Amino acid sequence: MQNRWTAFALRRGTRLIISLWVLVSAAFLMIHLVPGDPVRAMLGPTAAPALVDQTRENLGLNDPLWEQYLRFLRGLFTGDLGTSITMGLPVSEVLAARLPNTLTLGLLGFVLAICLALPVGATIAVATRKGRRRGLELSFASTSVVVATIPDFLLGVALVAIFGVTLELLPVAWTGGAESYVLPVIALAAGPAAVLSRIVRVELLSTLDEDFVRTARAKRLSSRRIVLRHALPNAVTAALTLGGLMLGTLVASTVLVENVFAWPGLGSTVVGAILGRDYPLVQAIVLVYGTGVLLVNTLVDVVLALLDPRSTIGDQ
Amino acid sequence: MTELRIEKLTVRYGRGPSVHTAADEVSLTVPASQTLGLVGESGSGKSTVARAAAGLVSADSGTIKLGGKPLPRRGLRPVQMIFQDPRSSLDPRMSIGESIAECLPSRFSRSARRSEISRLLDMVHLDPTRRGARPPELSGGQLQRVAIARVLAARPAVVVADEITSALDVSVQGAVLNLVRELQTELGLSLLFISHNLAVVRYVASQVAVMRTGRILEAGPADQVFHRPQHSYTRQLLDAVPDTLRSTP
Amino acid sequence: MRLLTVLRTPMGVVASIILVLVLLTAIVAPLLWNDAAEARNTANLNSGPSAEHPLGTDVLGRDLLLRTLVATRLTVLLALGATGVALGLGILFGAAPVLLGHRAGRLAVSAVNIAVAFPGLLLALVLALILGVGELSAMWAIGIAGAPSFARLCQTLVASVAERDYIAAARLAGKSRFRILLRHVLPNIAEPLIVNATIAAGAALLAFAGLSFLGLGVQSPSYDWGRMMMEGLDRIYLNPIAALAPGVAVVIAGLAFNLMGEALARSLSTPRIPVAWGMRPRRPYPQKAEERGDGEPADHLAGPGHADSSEPAGPAAYPEAVLTLRDLRVSLPGHLGCLTPVRGISLRIAPGEAVGIVGESGSGKSLTALAAAQLVEEPLAVRAATLKFCGADLMLRPQSTRDRSRYQRLLGRSLAVVFQDPMTSFNPTMRIGAQLVEGMRFHDGVERSWAQARAVDRLGAVGIEEPERRAAMYPHEFSGGMRQRAMIAMGLMGDPQLIIADEPTTALDVTVQKQVLELLDEVRSASSVALMLISHDIAVVRQVCDRIAVMYGGRIVEELPADRLAEQAQHPYTRALIAAVPDMNTDLDEPLATIPGRPVDLSQRSAGCPFAPRCPLATQRCHEQDPALIPAGDSGGAHRVACWHPVVDAGRAALAEADRSAGEPASAEGSELS
Repeated sequence: MQNRWTAFALRRGTRLIISLWVLVSAAFLMIHLVPGDPVRAMLGPTAAPALVDQTRENLGLNDPLWEQYLRFLRGLFTGDLGTSITMGLPVSEVLAARLPNTLTLGLLGFVLAICLALPVGATIAVATRKGRRRGLELSFASTSVVVATIPDFLLGVALVAIFGVTLELLPVAWTGGAESYVLPVIALAAGPAAVLSRIVRVELLSTLDEDFVRTARAKRLSSRRIVLRHALPNAVTAALTLGGLMLGTLVASTVLVENVFAWPGLGSTVVGAILGRDYPLVQAIVLVYGTGVLLVNTLVDVVLALLDPRSTIGDQ
Repeated sequence: MTELRIEKLTVRYGRGPSVHTAADEVSLTVPASQTLGLVGESGSGKSTVARAAAGLVSADSGTIKLGGKPLPRRGLRPVQMIFQDPRSSLDPRMSIGESIAECLPSRFSRSARRSEISRLLDMVHLDPTRRGARPPELSGGQLQRVAIARVLAARPAVVVADEITSALDVSVQGAVLNLVRELQTELGLSLLFISHNLAVVRYVASQVAVMRTGRILEAGPADQVFHRPQHSYTRQLLDAVPDTLRSTP
Repeated sequence: MRLLTVLRTPMGVVASIILVLVLLTAIVAPLLWNDAAEARNTANLNSGPSAEHPLGTDVLGRDLLLRTLVATRLTVLLALGATGVALGLGILFGAAPVLLGHRAGRLAVSAVNIAVAFPGLLLALVLALILGVGELSAMWAIGIAGAPSFARLCQTLVASVAERDYIAAARLAGKSRFRILLRHVLPNIAEPLIVNATIAAGAALLAFAGLSFLGLGVQSPSYDWGRMMMEGLDRIYLNPIAALAPGVAVVIAGLAFNLMGEALARSLSTPRIPVAWGMRPRRPYPQKAEERGDGEPADHLAGPGHADSSEPAGPAAYPEAVLTLRDLRVSLPGHLGCLTPVRGISLRIAPGEAVGIVGESGSGKSLTALAAAQLVEEPLAVRAATLKFCGADLMLRPQSTRDRSRYQRLLGRSLAVVFQDPMTSFNPTMRIGAQLVEGMRFHDGVERSWAQARAVDRLGAVGIEEPERRAAMYPHEFSGGMRQRAMIAMGLMGDPQLIIADEPTTALDVTVQKQVLELLDEVRSASSVALMLISHDIAVVRQVCDRIAVMYGGRIVEELPADRLAEQAQHPYTRALIAAVPDMNTDLDEPLATIPGRPVDLSQRSAGCPFAPRCPLATQRCHEQDPALIPAGDSGGAHRVACWHPVVDAGRAALAEADRSAGEPASAEGSELS
């Protein structure tokens, strides 16, 4: 038993470290992949050659590549991520100020999506099993497709137009108060919740057709117990495997939603940074988002391992 | 026809601590124009030996020689294989004629192909006019005949048959076994016949080998293995066969 | 083309109409209104909806409705372009394992596994920085960002096709990897790829709108819906429609693609009958009965009525049987008429008796077992004149919840069921011990520790060593034979009167099969439990059972004491079944006896005896009238047969046998093709 868990931790840990290394290296290489001269691209064709040289020197782009790479890695461990060009502040300060806002938004969206998807998906699955209530099934299918199709930023805009502008019930942008969280969290969670509830439904339906559910029925347990004790735990493991990836994209969705609600997080910062070619800042933000996604995926795998004893053995 | 000689064949799957030796120094000979029956339970490695003999799995060590020469690695293979599940061994999107044509040697001209396909279908007792039928239209027993026709199209030196009746209903199994026996004698095929069912192997094979956990435990003429088994496992297997249904003659 | 069947579903029709409208707009709108959409009305800047401008105007006084329509083309083109990039890269990486072989293929798989974890938008942001901001770089960015999930899908699909034996056969035919990919792999994964490409086009459209909305996609003076939304957001207080209208367009176009994908996915994977039965078919690819339906009226399919009235046989000495079935029918209502896989089974099992049910696939034997165990689920329906278990009439719908729970408790305690596949019949996320005690704790509410002790005791009783340690293990830590033992132990937790075992040894090896059969026999004799053993293997059934019922085409065609099977079976099917199975005494110089024709097809049933089309003795009467199951001459009711021409004397039997082998068995099966 102990052995299996160590093997699992080792395997999963190795994968996390490799992924992190790929992420860090990609973030580092980003600036070097820009066609032509990245500094010229940043400052524009009219900038004075002296300024271009100076900026290149400041960014350390004149050093050998491996030296830059080592410096970049060292910076990651000491917290020195360079200076933002557009803001003139150390990147670490920008992150410290803005990351918490993004993190709260993302976490709340994540929790809301799961809290909606599980009960809705499970209820619909049980109610529409074996072709019963075709009407309900069809309306759930179409509603969820529609909700999943509405992009989060459009939902944000619509919510602003309705609750902010017309009804004047809720703030249209960030105020710092709890009420300013309502609209962005809904905008963020609605799409993932729709997709996730569909996955939960499909997985629960296929689990209810499994042989072991028939075994449970042969024990003449109540259908409530069969669903909750036998089907749901197995369906959730499958739903999480698929849904875990999707929850990763929720982290990225914060970028769009933050822009709609003028949210002082990383998402509203990154667009300006890209347009202004603020390389150090973009690098840092990409690293933060990427790490967030990787951590979410690892967390999902750990939860899976706790739920399903089989997943700690075998490959991948 | 040619003799197939497998010597000290070892096949491993996986790496590191999870390595699994599916075939462990297996030595077998399929004599020319005879049938060697290979018996074993699930996990015994018999399918691995089958796939290695056909060249579908590469050996970690050991040699497989056909008439004294190593197996060729490209072109139409001289060792052909019939698989367990005929619905998996025929492309559902190809007509049965096309599937058979795929195995014909390239020397056949267009018109010669047509008549050859008809001849082969006739040989396995299927109506040649149905060459355009697709696999979902045929029953399991019919498909297994198509699979046999396809193998014959390749003019094989040796045929490997891996559990070819275990996916079929009993009422159809007999017809396929009859066909295999009939063709084996008629064409003088060298046949490696693999099954978990001792009675089936007894019916088609003149030589028998018994396999368990990747090793050959016992091999010899069918008569000897079935009536004077040397290994305790062989006796155990024979013991597990249900009693005869018919009144003894 | 199977894809066109989507047009027969309401969702498919709706999706097609919207999709066609969107594509038409994309083609036509720029031709008609390109100039009008650029025309500036300086007198009417930033106006709200009016008669002249139904959606209002933008900063430069341009008409928003026309601009929204004209923008369709660029939006759709960019989305399709991005989908093409994703699909192309996805197939390239997805097919790598087939094209490059194992080692390089594994590398491609792990690369995709890492890439797929990163969200597309993030990748798009990075690429926007590298390639610069613009519509083409955004298209590449979204395409590349979508590629990993396509590659993952392709790899899964390719892997499932690659392990098919026809790929191995093509390799043995000497075909190149590229040819195998083109000829065998791609055609067989095309359908799911098309479905997913449709959905991906919708996703690309939304992602593009997102990028343009952020200002990282389409740049001025070009415009797409995303960009229009960004421009509209600034003035949301003045004219919310300016931001919402292009958004609605995005949703409509995205819906067109997504609904289409959803409808395609539904119409391509319509559930098949065996799935609905909730059974694992023994054969990997069960015949799809519903696809060959000829729409005969339901009553006709249900068979004649006279067979129903016959009394079940069985020792009359037991006035109260453990299980009594009279005229049991299981039917499947469908659009082709009602199929009746089980039609009129009558059977009685006495306490301590072992009864075997034998039949081929499609004979209805497993459904009979499930119906007897009250485990048949919708849409299948069970009807019976009598279905009694331990004196309780199970066809009576319990009126009160108390009655209901009494029934459930009776069944839970006294009826044990052993299923075919021990690998899948245990809940993989629960410990074996917990699964054993569950039923007892639920029905009797006994103490956990007491139940646990009983579970350990029962595991020991079925020959599992170290039962205490084993009870704490998960199913995947057990071998197949051990799981089947544990399944039997689970049945013995209560106070079983009957064990229904549905193909309990089919998934097991012969040596393990023998042990499990012996265990069932021991259990039966030790506690005088009755046994209903279902199997396709007549030899297995004869070994264990006192009485054997042979099923064909949903009916019992013969029922006889096991010791009469070898010599005195009267139904031609029973005799053929016995003759067709090779055993250790089969004459090696003779061809095996065979049964011509193909197994019974549920949807094509005639009025006559179900075996008539394959029977060498069949006459006109056999094809027209279904024989009733009636006592055979000398047996005193213990032997019953449903046949117009039962094989009674040894001479007739020999004749029938000779007929069959002379009739060139192989060609007989082949001839049905012509």
